[in-house]
Amino acid sequence: MSVAVRTVTTRRGIEAKVRTLGAEDNPPLLYLHGAGGLLPTEPVLDHLAERFAVFAPEWPGFGEEMTETQIEDMLDFTLHGWDLVDALGLEQPFLAGHSMGGMIAAEMAAINPGGLRGLALLAAAGLWLDDHPVPDIFAMLPFELAEVLFADPRAGEKVLTAGLDFADDDALKRFLVGNARKLGTAGKILFPIPNRRLSKRLYRVTTPTVLVWGAADKLLPTVYAERYRELLTATAAELRIVEGAAHMLPYEQPEATAAAVAGLLG
Amino acid sequence: MKFVWFNLQPWPYLPEDFREKYRSVWVDIPNTLFDPEKGHELYNMYLDQLEFAESLGFDGIGCNEHHQNAYGLMPSPNIIAAGLARRTSDAAICVIGNSIALYNPPLRVAEEFAMLDCISGGRLVAGFPVGTAMDTNFTYGQIPALTRDKYAEAHDMIIQAWTRDEVFAFDGKYNQLRYVNLWPKPVQKPHPPIYIPGGGSIETWDFCLDHDYNYSYLSFNGYKGGKALLDGFWERQAERGDRDDSPYRTSFAQIMCVADTDEEAEKLYAEHVLYFFNRCLHVYPGFSDPAGYRTVDTIKAGKLNQLRKENMEMFTKLTWKDLVDGGFVIAGSPDTVAEQMEYLATSLRVGTVFCLMSIGDMPDWKTRYSTQLFAEKVMPRLRNIWPDHDAEQWWCKPLANRVRHEGDDLNHARRHPDTPEGVL
Repeated sequence: MSVAVRTVTTRRGIEAKVRTLGAEDNPPLLYLHGAGGLLPTEPVLDHLAERFAVFAPEWPGFGEEMTETQIEDMLDFTLHGWDLVDALGLEQPFLAGHSMGGMIAAEMAAINPGGLRGLALLAAAGLWLDDHPVPDIFAMLPFELAEVLFADPRAGEKVLTAGLDFADDDALKRFLVGNARKLGTAGKILFPIPNRRLSKRLYRVTTPTVLVWGAADKLLPTVYAERYRELLTATAAELRIVEGAAHMLPYEQPEATAAAVAGLLG
Repeated sequence: MKFVWFNLQPWPYLPEDFREKYRSVWVDIPNTLFDPEKGHELYNMYLDQLEFAESLGFDGIGCNEHHQNAYGLMPSPNIIAAGLARRTSDAAICVIGNSIALYNPPLRVAEEFAMLDCISGGRLVAGFPVGTAMDTNFTYGQIPALTRDKYAEAHDMIIQAWTRDEVFAFDGKYNQLRYVNLWPKPVQKPHPPIYIPGGGSIETWDFCLDHDYNYSYLSFNGYKGGKALLDGFWERQAERGDRDDSPYRTSFAQIMCVADTDEEAEKLYAEHVLYFFNRCLHVYPGFSDPAGYRTVDTIKAGKLNQLRKENMEMFTKLTWKDLVDGGFVIAGSPDTVAEQMEYLATSLRVGTVFCLMSIGDMPDWKTRYSTQLFAEKVMPRLRNIWPDHDAEQWWCKPLANRVRHEGDDLNHARRHPDTPEGVL
């Protein structure tokens, strides 16, 4: 699958790099990445591009540029999502988001449910259950993350480090700088508790919705998917559990994840 | 030189296997290890020590702010300072300081510091730390990437509140107040001297130089480990060329233990210093640096060791000799300590020293013994290291006619069963 990169400027004046894949006459899908950012290879996008015209923007603060300072709170994040839809000229796109991206996608749907044809929440953050406290990724060391995020931590570590050797100082430093930008930005809506009161707004979502969850998710166990379903009172959200995957399901089972999203096409 | 006596007020009852059993002394330490009845004894012992230090002629006595931390019992340093303001008459009250990004609104800091300045008759030295990640982010829930921005806004509000005579509105990003109208105001004009506890970022050096604030390097790394940071500050000062090089622009915290001889110092203090380094500094590294807390430039310049699995246990292997040779601790006879302190002051170009002399689980009598030897035999030799410089710009300016507390008995020791007869 060929990937093109477009740069668009939103009306707020933020430049965003957007990966585009798939036939232009496919229905458009905006894909919002998680707190780890877009990795060099994103197999789930390839699979999605078989059915959709995929637009995968890099979130402000996640690239090589200096830390983004305009996007500060949840409303800023949500409006930036819609600014991207406008800047890309998308008409009633499908919207999918993973983890942090799922939280933003759900907020976007709550604020403008009619603007979307379908919504896919992949292991979406944004809710908090006292009985199932979300592990604190902000207090984890680089070598501890894979254990929590992947069904197969060994394979996961390779995905996270993209082959970097942590014994090498420069490599570890590059990883930490990247992490500081990505998780630093994510912290604006996820720290210290990933709850910006989305639960009060989900009643507004009338968009057809699918919840796609890794069966072995240890960060946001499937009980969070159930909670989403309860709170999405205006739409009959379908729950699709992906076997052999945990929180990082787009990397662990990209084909099955994409197939679950494509279920929105009917 | 100025000498500030400072205790961190550690909890001295951590079990021997603390490091093996628990992951951190800070943030998520089981609070069942805290015993309020022992806390009663400790707070009073530590406050007495601070008052004792004043009676020996230390220029200042100090306290700081930590939260959910077993080596620092002062989540509210202003409560400690209030006690000291009422029981002392001459020493500067150095609150180093209030983590101003944590107070909503930070007007609270402007108010409480003004109260302390009034009660003490203008003896307040005001510290404004950004605060550690353990305190600021993990305990008080501030968003790491926004902490510095919030700090800058808090600083702006406090300075305006202290210095403006009219009622004004403050339309901040994090704080909005329709009527800022400080009551009471501080005794010292335009405001008490400000100390900025900092790490090694160029932004902090410039912030201190821009405002003529004291750059305070408060760590447990000692004078050898801290040299690079002070060198960086002075290089920046020289490079800018718009500020003088008064050593009173900087202060430095140093752990010190004084005895009759070097041998006696090891015999008396080694176990307590090792308690501090091995148990009290057992902080889970995941709490020390959440993404967004440090700037990207600071990470690029920083050390990585503690983030590696194989290096997580490195403090456990430190011995007394390592600590003394590495300059973490200045310990020994008055001669030994005076020589090393002189070297510290001149090599780092430091005007004010925060003397950390109550270490780990040190009993009261040892702390007082060490402190008294320092005051009588070391301090006089160091007083005039900087004859050409005046501390005035960076020191408090007490009222000439202030309420004094001379009737109080400040010189009694809180006796513990193990205090030898005739030692004090």
